[in-house]
Amino acid sequence: MSFRMEAAVAARGFDLALTVGPGETVAIMGPNGAGKSTLLAVIAGLLHPDSGRAEMGGRVLFDLGSGRSTWTAPHHRGTALLAQEPLLFPHLSALENVAFGPRSRGESRRASRKTALHWLGAVDAGGLAGRRPAELSGGQAQRVAVARALAADPGLLLLDEPMAALDIHAAPLLRRLLKRVLAGRRAIIVTHDVLDALMLADRVIVLEDGRIIESGPTRDILQRPRSRFVAGLAGLNLIPGTLTEHGLTTAAGQDIAGQHDSILDTEAAAAGPGVEEWSGLDAGAAAPGQAGVAVFPPSAVSVFLTEAHGSPRNSFPVTITDLEPRGDQIRVRAGELSADVTPAASADLGLAPGMAVFFVIKAGAVSVYPA
Amino acid sequence: MKAGQRRSPGAYTGIPSWIYVVAAAGGLLVVLPLAAMVAKVNWAQFIPLVTSESSLTALGLSLRTSAASTLLCIVLGVPLALVLARGSFPGQRLLRSFVLLPLVLPPVVGGIALLYTFGRQGLLGRSLEVLGIQIAFSTAAVVLAQTFVALPFLVVSLEGTLRTAGGRYEAVAATLGARPGTVLRRVTLPLVLPGLASGAVLSFARSLGEFGATLTFAGSLQGVTRTLPLEIYLQRETDADAAVALSLVLVAVAVTVVAVSYRGPRRPPAGPFGSERRTTAVPARDRSVQ
Repeated sequence: MSFRMEAAVAARGFDLALTVGPGETVAIMGPNGAGKSTLLAVIAGLLHPDSGRAEMGGRVLFDLGSGRSTWTAPHHRGTALLAQEPLLFPHLSALENVAFGPRSRGESRRASRKTALHWLGAVDAGGLAGRRPAELSGGQAQRVAVARALAADPGLLLLDEPMAALDIHAAPLLRRLLKRVLAGRRAIIVTHDVLDALMLADRVIVLEDGRIIESGPTRDILQRPRSRFVAGLAGLNLIPGTLTEHGLTTAAGQDIAGQHDSILDTEAAAAGPGVEEWSGLDAGAAAPGQAGVAVFPPSAVSVFLTEAHGSPRNSFPVTITDLEPRGDQIRVRAGELSADVTPAASADLGLAPGMAVFFVIKAGAVSVYPA
Repeated sequence: MKAGQRRSPGAYTGIPSWIYVVAAAGGLLVVLPLAAMVAKVNWAQFIPLVTSESSLTALGLSLRTSAASTLLCIVLGVPLALVLARGSFPGQRLLRSFVLLPLVLPPVVGGIALLYTFGRQGLLGRSLEVLGIQIAFSTAAVVLAQTFVALPFLVVSLEGTLRTAGGRYEAVAATLGARPGTVLRRVTLPLVLPGLASGAVLSFARSLGEFGATLTFAGSLQGVTRTLPLEIYLQRETDADAAVALSLVLVAVAVTVVAVSYRGPRRPPAGPFGSERRTTAVPARDRSVQ
């Protein structure tokens, strides 16, 4: 009863395959233009892929390619879409909006009203039934939109950054609500917020340039990022390169000493479904010469004004690009790398953007693993 | 709809003062002739003049044919606007250009074109004649001529509204399980109702004022094809007072129509037809609050 899809949209450089099990919630993350919205549009039937195939619960949603041209119209797919904006029909009351799906399915006026009231209650919006969308706040409207999507009884719920347009107070409320209603429901949620992925999703898929670059349980992905994008989400430094005996060599030829990290490899291999989608190499096989990444937290980075010698340490000459407060620390950014120092240390060193300094990391703090 | 979109008095406008002078001249060009005409009205004879038998017949015919034309414009114009705004097919731009052509075409040319289509010797007229249907120089011809010139008003107005409304509500409705017919009936049409209404009002007004195409294609038979504009033109030769009085009636109707379709200035003015999505989707009562 899985949802399976593979699709290619040449014009957008989009080409990927994914599976969503029954009751599974998958978070889709990735930089802007990675193809997240394209993915949802293809699944919902709002965009024709050039080729590919998708099926849900044994029903073919589309099957396009040489000689094949099966296409299920959006209204027959059972893939309700919840967008960034609520998009409640402005001429209908909240109740009529929620009843829209059941009505379209052929339920009677009475039955659809009952269904709508049930789902309005489920999103704590029972009291808003008679209101027009113009009379609702952003958070209320999005809650009604959630009820409307659920009332359509979708086999797969598609959420396109549902929290992005909400203010800072309404977002946590909706997130808690979604956690409640998404439990045991098959859903795909596109998000920019790592918190959404952690709280709402069983698994995260990271897209870049229309392809899946990482996939797996959210916690594992964040612990072992293989891409700059995910490292940024997890707040980690990441340097790509080629694996060596004692660490990694960057494309620029710099050697980085680190710990080959194999414990987590086996963990990832045992993580079960979804991991096979990840397009990388076999987990666990960390052979020198292979593409790999060196990952370390900014808190493990010390800042020196002169080159610090002594092994086993890594020292990078960098130019500070930015300083920004981060909790009780100062985050020192230098291009792709960052270091966290105390405000006192920052003041002692007289750190300022444009300054040339050395980022120093102990080899023991650097995890090295295949990318 | 938002308060910020309405200019508050005293706010900076950025308009040079001389612009007001030129704008005043433009306004006068429209208002002055109307005032001059009103000044010429023979008020003592006004009621008898506009209630004479020929006048009432012409007015009644005008209202009936204009109503029929408006209906025909809606029936034909809504699908046209839909395929132009939402569809995608070869020749779409060409179709739009042709639909808009009557806007810039002299109506008399339209009348001639209609005559060569529906006239006795026309493209379709000959076949219709065999079936015993004669269109030219009948009331049906008046309706056709008026529809010909008024259709673009409805199509342009509605297409603009459809475009500003965007297709996102329809997409959501489809993913909720609504078939295209349901989406059109329950989502698209209610959303663009204000645009449809103002388009219909404009079409009605244009139909009411049609002269050239009607005269060419339908002639000027009292009670059959002689609409109010034709009656006015005819009266002008013999009875100037009657012509002026009837003109005032048409002005009054036109002013009413304009007042109904544009209640209060809308801001921001996204062209004469649509405005931004919110306003379009909101019932007219919101616009009248000023």
